[in-house]
Amino acid sequence: MQIKPAIDPIEAVSAALPGALHSVVQYAGETTLVVEVAHLLKVVSYVRDTAGLIYNYLSDISAVDYYEPTGGIGNRPARFAVNYHIYSMLYNRRLRLKVYVDEGDDGSKPVVPSIVKVWPAGNWLEREASDMMGIVFEGNPDQRRLLMPDDWQGHPHRRDYPLGYETVQFSFNVEEIMKHKPFAKD
Amino acid sequence: MGVTQKLGDLGVVTTTLETAINWARTGATWPLLFGLACCAIEYMSTQGGRYDLARFGMELNRASPRQADLMIVAGRVTRKMAPVVRNLYDQMANPKWVIAMGDCASCGGVYNNYAVVQGVDEIIPVDVYVAGCPPRPEQLMHGILTLQEKIMGEKIKDWA
Amino acid sequence: MTANSALENQATEWVGSLDDVKNLVTERALTGETMLLNMGPHHPSTHGVLRLLLELDGEEIITCLPDIGFLHTGIEKTIESKSYEKGVTCTDRMDYLAPMSNNAAFCMAVEKLVGLDVPERAQVMRVICLELTRIQSHLVWLGTHAIDLGAMSVFLYCFREREKILDLFEMISGQRMMGSYIRPGGVWRDFPKEFVPTVEAFLDDFPRRIDDYELLLTTNPLWLDRTQGIGVIEPDVALAWGFSGPSLRGSGVNWDIRKAMPYLGYENYQFDVPLGEHGDVYDRYLCRIHEMRECVKIIRQTLKRLPEAKGGFRSDNRKFTPPPRSELGHSMEAVIHHFKLWTEGFNAPDQEVYVAIESPRGEIGCYLHGTGGNKPRRVHFKTPSFMHIQGIPLMSENHMIADLVAIIGSVDIVLGDCDR
Repeated sequence: MQIKPAIDPIEAVSAALPGALHSVVQYAGETTLVVEVAHLLKVVSYVRDTAGLIYNYLSDISAVDYYEPTGGIGNRPARFAVNYHIYSMLYNRRLRLKVYVDEGDDGSKPVVPSIVKVWPAGNWLEREASDMMGIVFEGNPDQRRLLMPDDWQGHPHRRDYPLGYETVQFSFNVEEIMKHKPFAKD
Repeated sequence: MGVTQKLGDLGVVTTTLETAINWARTGATWPLLFGLACCAIEYMSTQGGRYDLARFGMELNRASPRQADLMIVAGRVTRKMAPVVRNLYDQMANPKWVIAMGDCASCGGVYNNYAVVQGVDEIIPVDVYVAGCPPRPEQLMHGILTLQEKIMGEKIKDWA
Repeated sequence: MTANSALENQATEWVGSLDDVKNLVTERALTGETMLLNMGPHHPSTHGVLRLLLELDGEEIITCLPDIGFLHTGIEKTIESKSYEKGVTCTDRMDYLAPMSNNAAFCMAVEKLVGLDVPERAQVMRVICLELTRIQSHLVWLGTHAIDLGAMSVFLYCFREREKILDLFEMISGQRMMGSYIRPGGVWRDFPKEFVPTVEAFLDDFPRRIDDYELLLTTNPLWLDRTQGIGVIEPDVALAWGFSGPSLRGSGVNWDIRKAMPYLGYENYQFDVPLGEHGDVYDRYLCRIHEMRECVKIIRQTLKRLPEAKGGFRSDNRKFTPPPRSELGHSMEAVIHHFKLWTEGFNAPDQEVYVAIESPRGEIGCYLHGTGGNKPRRVHFKTPSFMHIQGIPLMSENHMIADLVAIIGSVDIVLGDCDR
């Protein structure tokens, strides 16, 4: 069987799907394709199925929150981003796809189409991102919480969610803290 | 002591009922097979060949809480797991003891955040705390010996 | 920040319902024809706190729904609140059977993000630590897998060998398990002089021990009955579901990151990658046993390479690695670097990197996004156990509950790794 030589993903995607690519970032030997949310499913099927690209393995889905505690989101296009780290085992290379999404104007959660039909590995990875970051993945067969208890309020990995730590006990405040700390007696 | 002083060595020992009961309880406290995280691996090492828990009568881990005497909470207790721990503790029959093994079970350890219960004594009463992250097998055995001393010091009037 | 402010607005009543799982179990469960059984978080054979909701037709499993999160410690958010050097200690405790692998993944990501070099000697030392970690993790896997299937002596033998490796770790890092020995820039300190002879003595003795384990299990008809043909997963299904490591190689896919995308100088060592054929529990078992032998080969080659490797045990770039304490007595720059690094830490650019290495369980990936300041914006670990637990339902359809125990053992899951 003849294996087609590897082609450059940036040129291939921008030629075949015009308007899908927002920008490209190259840092430390890694290539990131920033993709528009509306075109995500087309890009994802394209990179998996096209000869010369064949990105067949989904390694990781990471969601990032660009909220700054001092206010604003810096110079990023949107508050949340979802990164898809994919490998092509045939051509032995990696790629990152990034989509920026924002919350709805009415405060509803950001929505990203789900890629489980393309890479079934994304099932739990998306569930974890939706549990911890509050991003809704439309089309994921299971929308329940994964890591937190089912009745948990809030999304812990967001930057405006507090760490929730217990105040460190020093000798000057230990009695105050011990008054409020629950202890089981029986 | 007592009778043997007067009549010589009859092959009999006299003691109080309290000491006898406490001695019997320390002889073979069956632990609950309950390992949560990294401390469970050190617990398994303690049961291995080099540091042997069988000398305390603890080589037999009971999976069912109804049959266990001792709950060694080995590892971090998260908020999702906390009701389960309480449930297991409630199912254990008296007399029961708890060793909080490791820093996470004693005080929350390295993790001071939303997900970890800051010390399992927020949920269940603890008898002995063993510090360490994870505690060396020798430290755990010291904790078990401390628990045995505590059991030997118990009084019947407290529970009968 | 007041104590537990994140918990004050939590719901006090149960808000989930059976409707959530109605579309995940078959209709026969809802009519009562099949039984829903909870293989709860407290169970002897689930290798940690894993809850499986089984739909059973008698003894046969129809569907299996894993419920994880009982060990979710918020490690990623904890690391985001610490500087990079301090975050290394939190990574130890994720996959607690292979702490050096997690350290290495995180440190390599930090080094890639800031552009820090690692001298050759430090790389060789890291490889020795990683391969010893691999052997020690496979020994725990073998011991617990065998004891789940009834072979109790193997558990005791494996832990006896593991004690020798833990002695080695204690020699170099002071701690048996969570040493945080691998730090950004290299390793914490140089090997003591009794380390290399002890490793050589261990390597001379260890292959015969692997032969002992194989003698007990590999051709044992009871073991073969319980493991051959059980939990089969085809290679394309395994790839599609994100498997990695020995669980993927057991199905015959030749993918080892140490060979495909070498890091830390792995391209200089000769070793084979064992592959399975059928993708069942037995092939995964054989893959790991042979991997232990290959680890011995790799460590021997690293020990030969160690005396000639150039450089120190960590980078000389004082902006990122602290100076040795002996320098603090006579150099003002060393004192300033020391102070800056231990109070504020170093700054990383507002970029993202992804580094993946081959841990004993599979591929552990670290995604690191800096802010330009001294703390990370986002740390995310892609852990192999997470993907493998996702695949347990695929492998356990139409098997009995006893086979499920074999399957869970064969994919070598660690719940700290899965839940982080």
